[in-house]
Amino acid sequence: MRLIPTRAWAATILFTAFAVLPFLAVALDDSYLVVIASRILCYAIAALALDLILGYGGMVSFGHAAYLGIGAYAVAILSRAGITDLGLHMLAAIAAAAVFALVTGAISLRTRGIYFIMITLAFAQMAYFFFVSLSAYGGDDGVTLNARSTLFGQTILEDDTALYYAVLVLLIGLYLLAVAITRSRFGRVLTGARENPVRMQAIGFSPFRYQLTAFVISGCMTAIAGVMLANQTSYVSPAFMNWHRSGELVVMVVFGGIGNLLGAVAGATIALLLEEWLAVLTKHWPLLFGLILVLVVLYSRDGLSGLFRRRR
Amino acid sequence: MNLLEVRNLRKSYGALKVTDDLDLSVEEGELHAIIGPNGAGKSTLIAQLSGQATSDGGSVRFDGTEMMGRPMHRRVRVGMSRSFQITSILPGFTALENVASAVQARSGSSFRFFSPVAEERDLNDQALAALDRVGIADRAFFNAGSLSHGEKRQLELAIALATRPRLLLLDEPLAGTSGAEADRLIQVMRGLKGDVTLVLIEHDMDAVFALADRVSVLVYGRIIATGTPDRIRDDPQVRAAYLGEEEGT
Amino acid sequence: MTNLFLLQLLNGMQFGILLFLIAAGLTLVFGIMDFVNLAHGVIYMIGAYLAVTFAQMTGSYGLGLLLTLPATLLIGLVLELLVFRKLYDRPHLDQVLATFGLVMILTEAVEIIWGAAPLSVRMPDLLSGSVPLVGPMRYPVFRLVVIGAGLVTAAGLWLVITRTRIGMRLRAGATNRAMVSALGVDIRKLFTIIFAFGAMLAGFAGAMVAPILTVDPGMGESVLILAFVVIVIGGIGSVKGAFAGALLVGLVDTLGRSFGPIILRAVMEPSSAAQAGRVLAPMLVYILMAAILAARPAGLFGART
Repeated sequence: MRLIPTRAWAATILFTAFAVLPFLAVALDDSYLVVIASRILCYAIAALALDLILGYGGMVSFGHAAYLGIGAYAVAILSRAGITDLGLHMLAAIAAAAVFALVTGAISLRTRGIYFIMITLAFAQMAYFFFVSLSAYGGDDGVTLNARSTLFGQTILEDDTALYYAVLVLLIGLYLLAVAITRSRFGRVLTGARENPVRMQAIGFSPFRYQLTAFVISGCMTAIAGVMLANQTSYVSPAFMNWHRSGELVVMVVFGGIGNLLGAVAGATIALLLEEWLAVLTKHWPLLFGLILVLVVLYSRDGLSGLFRRRR
Repeated sequence: MNLLEVRNLRKSYGALKVTDDLDLSVEEGELHAIIGPNGAGKSTLIAQLSGQATSDGGSVRFDGTEMMGRPMHRRVRVGMSRSFQITSILPGFTALENVASAVQARSGSSFRFFSPVAEERDLNDQALAALDRVGIADRAFFNAGSLSHGEKRQLELAIALATRPRLLLLDEPLAGTSGAEADRLIQVMRGLKGDVTLVLIEHDMDAVFALADRVSVLVYGRIIATGTPDRIRDDPQVRAAYLGEEEGT
Repeated sequence: MTNLFLLQLLNGMQFGILLFLIAAGLTLVFGIMDFVNLAHGVIYMIGAYLAVTFAQMTGSYGLGLLLTLPATLLIGLVLELLVFRKLYDRPHLDQVLATFGLVMILTEAVEIIWGAAPLSVRMPDLLSGSVPLVGPMRYPVFRLVVIGAGLVTAAGLWLVITRTRIGMRLRAGATNRAMVSALGVDIRKLFTIIFAFGAMLAGFAGAMVAPILTVDPGMGESVLILAFVVIVIGGIGSVKGAFAGALLVGLVDTLGRSFGPIILRAVMEPSSAAQAGRVLAPMLVYILMAAILAARPAGLFGART
């Protein structure tokens, strides 16, 4: 009916390309390629998570970097306590993100529009200040991780390529999960509440519960991205949840075309590559990035969301 | 026994009393029309009965149970549904998906995350039946937003029907429809009589007097008369307050 | 203890006044135009930089401050004409993205022009002294002047909004957007004026604090988000709400940071009280926001959610 078959093909192609990339890196003898690609995949997970609520739920969260930070600090804090297992890191990250999303989401979702944007931003800033004041973990400066998470007691993730594939597997898994969610009963209610909340109430649904659940799911997925990002950089600091980071996540989702999940993966790739490329040109790359952003929003008829919208 | 029992219902916006100590009884199985001049508070009344708008006081009992304070979605779940004067559909969904959503709302949990809802035969079959009942089954796979105005009105009714209401509050279902579309909708409403208790707000007097078992006249937030269509037509008070004015305009 | 409290009370007020100047223009823009502007904090930052530069050029901080006002007004005007004007009818998502892009551009531009290192400006000798408070405590004259200037501005705004025709219409439009079309004036021109005026107020705030804070490219960001908190607390579109919210946020933040650990010491050990105080204090205003929202989703003086 919609773009499902085409999207399945596009997804297969995109993920296959990511899967063979390390071989290309070996062939080109460019180990940096795997490092940057790992970063892209981590952000792709976060963008995917954000697209689930932004694209399908219509919730413009401008504070999603908080969940990246929560995931990253879960790694830092547990590692310091001697717990190194990736699975446990994930569990802790998901649990913490779920609690934060449940509380802040329940408050934010009582409002909409501009309010929602400002409140999610404010709560993310609260999380930011919380970690800034954690002097045991370096405060503003953050902490360097001594080692990456372990997988079944093995230290295989120390290898950049192994870590890359771990992130890729997670991304593909979460992508498939997100696709399933959007096509499920739950997804239909979520999308319906975006289209017309009053109509959904008039057929017997309370949008709030579904929106809040989606918000929590999205937060947990983003925290997983944070866990992997901390491992990728081996360094954790409050900068993970700087509000600029939240903004970049929104940019990624919109670059790829909102509300189609695979677009978020593509958008993360485009945005980060653009950033890398501009950074090579000048150290003042944010100026150019900002300029591109403003121009594209202004001069495409329906804004970015129109420019990149897939034909349905 | 009365299916809907409204007592002393009140609502004001500032100094303006939109619903003023309103009483209304709707018997099980009847089609009860509510007429009244513009600004009489008809749409506000539907909003209050359905739970979309809050009330300042009074009582709304449905099948003996107090509904005051219950939000709209919980009233729908016990069998009170409504349609909207200004078409309210999910424009990005297909007509079938619009109706299937309503079926979904009353059949099982929607906290199911994994199996594709589009493949649930039961939902789709019931949705298709509702679309067929209002006469737009051939539009099932069209985007709801792309339907004609009349078809959207029919879809609106199909969605309301798909919630399987015991009481259906219809807010000007014929608004903006062409002659043929209106005829179709009137046919549907006639077919519903007996199955579903209907409260109908409508400006089309021919339709009202043809369909209604009883008619209530709402003026300035109060019901000034209730009775059979013939009695209402002949009631001098009604003629003075409402029908006379209608002729004059 | 009482003296310290008085001192911090004044500091809190001064911070609150500052937040009000930033939030006042922003809340009108949000309320009347239903427009999200993330670039407002940058204007405040630019105001501080311009004040520094103009003060250096003219040799007088006062003159620098005066020059900053028309300059930031002009910047607001230009931004409105070039960018914001095109975004009023767009979805919030587009507005957020475009103004986020502006934040990147302007912040980077400031770094290119003035460098990333913090700047400072000498306050005028006349205002650099301090006045005795209670007992041995003294309070800087300049901070009192900031409070005074802010209060005067607030009073002026209040007069405009409650006593003039245009002000009353503005207020009606800001709390109820359906009223905007009934304003009976050239709406585009009105939008431009509000925008430019709001930018000037933010620039004024930046210029005023330039002598007491370090001027750096990051100074606009934390203030922007606190201004959002102020607006959410006060209610979108309400200048009165912005005033109440700003003072509340200023006081809670300042008093929380200095007295939080002291109060906590009553219930826990000194060392953990200090630790908990350090963690909790910066979060206080956000917790306050959450509490107010839970009770009143439209904010203290807001008419709508």
